Amino acid sequence: MFVLGSPSAGARVDLQAAIRIAPSLSLRLNLAASVAAVAWRVARSRPGDDDWELVERLRAGDEQAFLELVERHQSRMLRLARTFVSSPAVAEEVVQDTWLGVLRGLDRFAGRSSLQTWMLSILVNRARSTGVSESRSVAIGDAGPAVDAARFDAGGAWASPPRHWVEESHERLSAEALSEVLKDALEELPERQRQVVLLRDVEDLSSEEVCAALDISEGNQRVLLHRGRSRMRESLESALGEAP
Amino acid sequence: MRLSRSEELACREVVELVTDYLEGALPRRERRRLRAHLSGCEHCSEYLRQMRETIALSGTLRVEDLTPSMREALLDVYRRWRETEAAPG
Repeated sequence: MFVLGSPSAGARVDLQAAIRIAPSLSLRLNLAASVAAVAWRVARSRPGDDDWELVERLRAGDEQAFLELVERHQSRMLRLARTFVSSPAVAEEVVQDTWLGVLRGLDRFAGRSSLQTWMLSILVNRARSTGVSESRSVAIGDAGPAVDAARFDAGGAWASPPRHWVEESHERLSAEALSEVLKDALEELPERQRQVVLLRDVEDLSSEEVCAALDISEGNQRVLLHRGRSRMRESLESALGEAP
Repeated sequence: MRLSRSEELACREVVELVTDYLEGALPRRERRRLRAHLSGCEHCSEYLRQMRETIALSGTLRVEDLTPSMREALLDVYRRWRETEAAPG
């Protein structure tokens, strides 16, 4: 029953074997980092670890297994697709096209990344190739600071300090209203910041997974995350902060 | 350990380092400078709390589930794929 039930543990064993025979020190260090990442993922026991069991079943023609895999990943794919294309209908097409790509590519998928990362990278490629988005050529981050420069004095100290809202947020707004504030703030982010914040903070993917899915460097990912999170905080402060 | 004047961070610099700090990407020396600043600056400590809360609140966002029409469309994709897989050659 559990032929492919714990692929991560299997991957860890393979990597350890690979480390023993790795010829160069730098390769060994890279592998050690990968092993640590895999071990961390196993420890965190992320949802999707048992995607593999579903994959085996859908290969065997089990429609229910395919639907389960879709249920698990569809919303995330749709949300990511919508950051690339403006129309919801086109986003649905991109996602549908992605599932076909996933099915066709299953036999070639080597399992070097997680199934989810692999699927998201297919989606990103499809979305970019629709031609609607020019995301690759857009600058990494807007040049603006995390906080409006006018809020600091000449020496760089707070002149207009952050207004309190953390402890009071649930008293000041209902859960629904807070959710609207967050959705609007996310919508207003520049495309690439929105993609990174969506995947990291809303979808709870690791930075490695986000870099792999969007094909960006760790450094660029952090810059985008920083700008995006800073703007999200600003929106929350505007909506929730006590009067200045 | 007391930092020399030249090592002190301004609040304006702190807000730009917060993400690297939370991501564990700050070099040790920078991390020490940031912590030294936070321990003496109520406003920047509040700012850091707000960034943590912003991340936590983003994690509570949930959106739409699969609509019946998408479900049908995807099942169709699957069935067509099975047919081509089953086809010889």
